Amino acid sequence: MRTSIRRSQRLMAFTAVAALATGLLAGCANDSDDGSSNNSDGGNGKGDITLTVGTFGVFGYKQAGLYDEYMKLHPDINIKENVTTRTDVYWPKVLTRLQAGSGTDDIQAIEVGNITEAVQTQADKFVDLGKEVDKSQWLDWKLAQATTKDGKTIGLGTDVGPMAICYRKDLFKKAGLETDRTKLAEQWKGDWSKYVDVGKQYMKKAPKGTKFVDSASSVYNASLGGADQRYYDKDGNVVWDKSSGVKSSWNVAMSVATSNMSAKLKQFDKPWDQGFANGTFATVACPAWMIGYIEQKSGDSGKGNWDVAAAPTAANWGGSFIGVPTAGKHQKEAIALAKWLTAPEQQAKVFAKQASFPSTPSAYPNLKPAADTTAYFSNAPITQIFSDSAKTIPTQYFGIKDQPINTAITDVGILQVEQKGKAPAQGWDAAKNEIKDVLGQ
Amino acid sequence: MTSSKQALAHPASSAEAAPGTPPGAARGAHGGGAPAGADSWRSRLYRWDMKASPYAFVAPFFVLFGAFSLVPLLYTAWYSLHDVQLSALDHQTWAGLDNYKNLFSSEFFWNALENTFTIGLLSTVPQLVAALWLSHLLNYKLRGSTVWRVVMLTPYATSVAAATLVFTLLYSWDGGMVNWVLHFFGVDAINWRESDWGSQFAVSTIVIWRWTGYNALIYLAAMQAIPVDLYESAALDGASRWQQFRHVTIPQLRPTILFTVVVSTIGATQLFGEPLLFGGVSGSKGGSEHQYQTLGLYMYDQGWIIGNLGKASAIAWSMFLILLIVAAVNLLLTRRLRKSQ
Repeated sequence: MRTSIRRSQRLMAFTAVAALATGLLAGCANDSDDGSSNNSDGGNGKGDITLTVGTFGVFGYKQAGLYDEYMKLHPDINIKENVTTRTDVYWPKVLTRLQAGSGTDDIQAIEVGNITEAVQTQADKFVDLGKEVDKSQWLDWKLAQATTKDGKTIGLGTDVGPMAICYRKDLFKKAGLETDRTKLAEQWKGDWSKYVDVGKQYMKKAPKGTKFVDSASSVYNASLGGADQRYYDKDGNVVWDKSSGVKSSWNVAMSVATSNMSAKLKQFDKPWDQGFANGTFATVACPAWMIGYIEQKSGDSGKGNWDVAAAPTAANWGGSFIGVPTAGKHQKEAIALAKWLTAPEQQAKVFAKQASFPSTPSAYPNLKPAADTTAYFSNAPITQIFSDSAKTIPTQYFGIKDQPINTAITDVGILQVEQKGKAPAQGWDAAKNEIKDVLGQ
Repeated sequence: MTSSKQALAHPASSAEAAPGTPPGAARGAHGGGAPAGADSWRSRLYRWDMKASPYAFVAPFFVLFGAFSLVPLLYTAWYSLHDVQLSALDHQTWAGLDNYKNLFSSEFFWNALENTFTIGLLSTVPQLVAALWLSHLLNYKLRGSTVWRVVMLTPYATSVAAATLVFTLLYSWDGGMVNWVLHFFGVDAINWRESDWGSQFAVSTIVIWRWTGYNALIYLAAMQAIPVDLYESAALDGASRWQQFRHVTIPQLRPTILFTVVVSTIGATQLFGEPLLFGGVSGSKGGSEHQYQTLGLYMYDQGWIIGNLGKASAIAWSMFLILLIVAAVNLLLTRRLRKSQ
């Protein structure tokens, strides 16, 4: 075994990776810098500086008009967003570019599932933003996730994913269940298995063609999002098969998967979207960012029928960061933009448009969801419910391969039990096998 | 050969031999034109030009091939002998053949190989048979034949993504159109994505749908090159349409059929987009039991989702070798068929 560190071979390594990617990654966003170079650092008024922001999915900055606003405030700055829709395409691309030292955008978004990998392996490729901002603005656990052991903060928190339960009031009524959001929350408070009990009641008198929940995996993710331990311990060791959080979440998911209360859908699939439109499930564990999605997919049929109640435990699911790669040409301007975009006022604006929940608590008292969203969700106090959850979420330690391990459990283990009718023990073994493959064991 | 050389050696005739040569250049050559100057730099240049130009003309392809195929190919081989993570490209550990050992002892690899083979068979055979049949129909005198031909090529022109999305909806187990039709025949809803053969069948239909028209057009082109008198004399001998198809069309199409078989086999070995998109969010797994994970998907999953670039490179190289074997088998079959003809 010979270990060698080949910095000089970066370029060649990148060529090989790029070649491997050719034909695999279709539709890479193009990232042409328009070539308007401006070498005088931060030279105000000396011509246009184009800053590029690399994001995945819908970040809401464009939708909330933040770029336009910033460009108005800073006439010398031009902002261009490069969007890659799928995270699984976006992240490998960023990784290779970071290591090649070229081709990165001036600001690069990082998903929470990748933040540990970035912190542990790419920290030297990012600007320490902790020096630039007042760190106390952010939720402690959010800031901790983007900070290295020696205190370097490589990304500023954008949104967080505090969790609630979105439910169909009309279906609950037909099934003869409680419909009041506070009383419901009381019924399942503190324990996800109580939520499963409500599901069993629902299934006794379920309206025809409906199930209690969309999928067992969503319950698993929701439950794990509030656990003290996920797949890795504080020191970065894989402990997935000993983790208490994984065990209890798995058990809850199994009781959902084996009791006919699930619509057996896979989240973010087209059939799942159809499920929203046709009202085939009565509840879904909804992180704040899913609010807009539900409204969009359920359409008019769901208007006023959806309601939001507090989840059994405070949990987080998803949320992102933005970092400034050191390879960028306009670091100073990029840092200023990143600071501005993640400041509480701007996060509040994104919330008003996209319902992505801020990671800066000082924004909470003044949050205003869009009027039609409030009406859509039966005037539920969305802001209150999500901020209560956000403030009490435990700090979770993510690992380098957190995402592939999670996919192995939900999309292999749980899915085999839920959709193929296998025994929970078989599902667990299958997940175990898969995770071995992920970890290269 | 000698005569042309002599002709070239003569300065006067050389000016004629190269009509494009500017007069000044000819004069220059002539000026130096003692009989001993037969091997003047100009004629040497000309000969060199004759020899080298063709290489210069074909060079661009080979330079591009070298830069974008050969070098990456060799680098992938280098990677496959190392332990490389996507997140730490410049930190490589020499692993020897560990990646390959790991791969060949992995049930997922053999499973992917088997799936690639079965899905390839499930999609290629019906696709080519259907294409042959369709092109036979299109070869008849038809009103608006161009319209039919264009319509047939439309699936090929649609993007994989769009086609697969539609098929995913058709095959969705709850409320999909396929299950809806089946229930009229008393068949219970099939979970197309999670059942073993069902998912492979579904993926194959997408491939068949997209490529049948393309192959049919190739067959049609070949069919139209078959002399009409062959059919006329066959008809005179009392051969039916079916007999004409079997005894005239098929033998005449043999080289074309071989070509489409080779191309489809290569396509099937590299199958990637359809199963990836059919699988939805975690498509690279190819279903919860990897029931439709092809080699291409397995490589993508290892390299880009999990981040084990070393192992992914080993898969890439194994795929390359498999393709070479497939090509060799095809070559042997072609030879044998030619001999028997």
